[in-house]
Amino acid sequence: MESAGSQTKTAAQPRRATLGIDSYAALQSVPDEMLGPDGKIRPVWLPLLDHLEKLPPENLVRSLARANQYLRDSGVFYRQYGSGASTERPWPLSHIPVLMAEADWEEISAGLIQRAELLEMVMADLYGPNQLVASGHLPPSLVASNPQWLRPMVGVQPRMGNYLHFIAFEIGRGPKGKWWVLSDRTQAPSGAGYALENRVATSRAFADLYSEQNVHRLAGFFRDFRDRLLQEPLNSDARIAILTPGPWNETYFEQAWIARYLGFMLVQGDDLVVEEGRLMVRTVSGLRPIDLLWRRMDGDYVDPLELNPASRIGTPGMVSALRSGGLSMLNALGSGVLEARAMMAFLPKLSPLLTGQPLAMPNIATWWLGSPAEREAVLADPSHMALSRALDTGLPFENDPPAILASSLEWIELERRLAAEGPDLVAQETVSLSTTPALIDGRIQPRPLSLRVFLARTADGWQVMPGGFARIGSTADPTALAMQRGGAAADVWIVSENEVPAITMAPPRRGPYRRNAPATLPSRAADNLFWMGRYVERTEQVVRILRARHIREAESGRGAEPLQNALDILLEDYGIVPGDPIPEGVIATLSAAVGSAGQVRDRFSTDGWSALVDLEKTAKLLAGKVAAGDDAARALSAILRKIAGFSGLVHENMYRFYGWRFLTLGRLHERALGMTGVVSALARPDAPHGALDLCVELGDSVLTHRQRYAISTSRETVIDLLVLDPLNPRSVRHQIDQMMAQVSELPGSVGNGEYSALARAVLRCQTEVATQTPETLDTEALDAIAEQVSDLSVLLTEAYLR
Amino acid sequence: MTTYRMQVMFQYEFERPAGSGRQLFRVLPTTIPGTQSVESANIRIDPDPVETRDFIDFFGTRVIELVMPAGITELEFVLEAEVHRAAHQIGLDISAPLGRMAVEIANQRSLNAASPHHFLAATPRIPHVPEIAAYARKATSDAATAREAVEKLGLALNRDIAFDAEATDVNTPPAEAFRLKRGVCQDFAQIMVAGLRSLNIPAAYVGGYLRTLPPPGQPRLVGADASHAWVRAWCGADAGWIDYDPTNACFALGDHIDIGFGRDYDDVAPVTGMMRLDGAQTGKHSVDIEEAPVQNQSATPSWTPLALDLGPKSRSRRTEDIVREPS
Repeated sequence: MESAGSQTKTAAQPRRATLGIDSYAALQSVPDEMLGPDGKIRPVWLPLLDHLEKLPPENLVRSLARANQYLRDSGVFYRQYGSGASTERPWPLSHIPVLMAEADWEEISAGLIQRAELLEMVMADLYGPNQLVASGHLPPSLVASNPQWLRPMVGVQPRMGNYLHFIAFEIGRGPKGKWWVLSDRTQAPSGAGYALENRVATSRAFADLYSEQNVHRLAGFFRDFRDRLLQEPLNSDARIAILTPGPWNETYFEQAWIARYLGFMLVQGDDLVVEEGRLMVRTVSGLRPIDLLWRRMDGDYVDPLELNPASRIGTPGMVSALRSGGLSMLNALGSGVLEARAMMAFLPKLSPLLTGQPLAMPNIATWWLGSPAEREAVLADPSHMALSRALDTGLPFENDPPAILASSLEWIELERRLAAEGPDLVAQETVSLSTTPALIDGRIQPRPLSLRVFLARTADGWQVMPGGFARIGSTADPTALAMQRGGAAADVWIVSENEVPAITMAPPRRGPYRRNAPATLPSRAADNLFWMGRYVERTEQVVRILRARHIREAESGRGAEPLQNALDILLEDYGIVPGDPIPEGVIATLSAAVGSAGQVRDRFSTDGWSALVDLEKTAKLLAGKVAAGDDAARALSAILRKIAGFSGLVHENMYRFYGWRFLTLGRLHERALGMTGVVSALARPDAPHGALDLCVELGDSVLTHRQRYAISTSRETVIDLLVLDPLNPRSVRHQIDQMMAQVSELPGSVGNGEYSALARAVLRCQTEVATQTPETLDTEALDAIAEQVSDLSVLLTEAYLR
Repeated sequence: MTTYRMQVMFQYEFERPAGSGRQLFRVLPTTIPGTQSVESANIRIDPDPVETRDFIDFFGTRVIELVMPAGITELEFVLEAEVHRAAHQIGLDISAPLGRMAVEIANQRSLNAASPHHFLAATPRIPHVPEIAAYARKATSDAATAREAVEKLGLALNRDIAFDAEATDVNTPPAEAFRLKRGVCQDFAQIMVAGLRSLNIPAAYVGGYLRTLPPPGQPRLVGADASHAWVRAWCGADAGWIDYDPTNACFALGDHIDIGFGRDYDDVAPVTGMMRLDGAQTGKHSVDIEEAPVQNQSATPSWTPLALDLGPKSRSRRTEDIVREPS
């Protein structure tokens, strides 16, 4: 933008043309977000277009790259399920935000708030008196056959007073320019966190513009929602947690992200246990109560005991806790019943009945085909009708099988299906969407859009997030059905004519400043951190051994065979089959580290995560192309440097509390085991020539050895330096000293002069090593120490990780 | 009115100490005004559970919720109860003509436990099976009313399916048992429920006990009785719910003692368990029911609250259902 000021208007004209601004035109009979009904550019878009046309092409490329870089750096991904394997994909961002004037947005908001109120009333009735069924306004069979109408929840009052607290609506703009609700998301809608990420990324791409425009900020919405939850009368020691299905869920990233953003604990079903009617989380400090749970999984999966017995991600007794009033949950269990597509056939009639007003924003015209009159209507005119399952949820194009056009069936077949499956089907008017500009091959072109809008219940009632998550179609086909072919996401800017207030997440100051106690650590998280520490350290050891092997191969070829054999035996202890220059086992160990880290994304800096993922990627890349010998040795050195980089990040940046302690314990434990193994194998009396030097090399202590002993290696000097010397950060003694220090800080470890079983065992181990000399430490004694160290992992697991 | 004394026993042994577990027991006879009442009920659990609670579930079944302590190697659950049960006669057929069923069902505007609307949709354990539907259509081709259809289908199943305690287990799908033409009461009931639902007759799965009538002059066999399952069909607004036992080819009129009903086995499973187990487990289950001496019959049968010890703490995880119905 440095050159923007010098741009003249005439110079901008060709730029306008190359960007396609002048030639941008709405599609036939489809409204457009940028062009008004009169074909003129809506005023709210003018500053953005102005900005775009003044931006030299290379700056535009750089701007968009900044947004992409942000998304990559913050690790934004979603999990995509395909044929068999699931993969993590980077977030596809359509860089041009969708702009909307504040006045238009207020109309949308009012309509959606009314709908939220309506859905709350329907929910209260379905889990309460069931008047809507009794009075004939809702067909009983529709409710009874809905698997999300959770019978154990009937009659259970929500402790928070309301059933719905955080919901979303998918909306689209129809041919006449009016907005329609396409689907109701009342279960556990995702996307709000992604919307925030899209905002950050997009505002990086158009930083100047964003700060000049009066774009409504999103943080206030989250702050007010969080503050509402914090208002719940919680027990003093209780916490708020977000319940996730786990890292295999497609939106796990977002759940971890929101947990970090709001400062809530992220838990999985297995972390939780119900005790005396209260929900507890297993932590390294024992069971701790949770009073409020924001669930991000479908209701029926929450409790395998009383709900779906096939669930492996729930917590037995959760329903019992809700029934005894020991837990608040949002949204209330069973809220998925409102999402059924067939409900949209009845909401237009329920609205005047329950709210006294017709729906301010209509939903897609929907007919439930359980009634003969509706079936006949569809048969009479099947054009413009899409058929789908009555109890499916979400957008018509999201389901499997997706909706089909009624007119695509032979009339006879249509009649047969309606007769046979009527109550299971709905007909919906086929929807076309409006278009919005997307930047495709450097030109802006119209692409269809649907919009997910989020609503949260705050202390002042429903609040609409001023923005949203826009889905942009991959082709120009504006029919909603075409959206199933994938697409991108875009930010939504609600632009005010007045200045918008800056907002932070910081809560208002009440009373003197207090530093909160660090959040407690769930046992599962501790377990994953411990194992991540172990896997990363193990990778480092294996890479060192492999590198030593390749160096010897490069230097002395066949002559080094005895040493290479000794190394191969060591590698086998790690389960590594030597053969490829960088064997599969190395990658597997690294992937295990990434897997463990992925389980605790909410406790991890994005830098640390990126470094680890980058390390794995590099290793995979190199494994495929290096040759044995010198080439491999250099590649392995590069990997070692990356491991050191990751360890440095963790060591320098991670808050020194339980999480860090378990990660550290994992690393220390693995290093103690590894070093004992190396010394035991290579410093034995019958080891081949050169084994002692190799030992020191694997212990990364070549320089130290030279300085400390000033003689060539002997069995005594090697054992002294690599096992007994407390000042060598690679020695066994050093690892055990550090383990003692860490274990002493764990809950219930040392107190009143009493030691826990784990602390006693570490102390015994420490004493054992400290009282040895190089002379007494033969192979047998080394192996005994290895066994003692190995047992520590078992004791640690029993005490903290279950 | 007959009074039964019953004892229901579940025994488990675990190969290795089991983690603690949350268990739901649906074993208590229910109260049906005019038909069944519970004079007394006592439950003994060994070892003592750390938590006990009881509640009435959606379909009206009394559920006992237990949390067992960690590290147990065996568990014994014994229910002793005295139950009054009236014998009924099967009356005139006032059930709906089959052609009217759809309208009669649609006119039921309720979602309470007795509403027929719960009992038409397929469930995970009783899915729609085209072969069973075709069989049911054939077996009931000359039935005019809902009750006739129930009886004809029940008789046909009893004729065509052999009782065989070895052929199936608790998780055998009805399609599989139907293909084998073998099974126990659970299989009979599941197949019949699937068949009735395919005929648009709302059908529930009923869990309970059966007192086996001893042959004349012989003492009844202790332990021969067991948890039982049969079918409850909604036969129109006038006739309401009618119980039929396809295993014994009879309407359930007096020899059956109800625990509860639901859409399928999962709604009435005697034990829903959440033990955290590493090793194998073995289980025993028995039911003894005998007629009580006449003088014990009380004029005002009532529910006796359970007296159970309460204690602290536990954690749990799920294993497979651990009890099947042997008859």
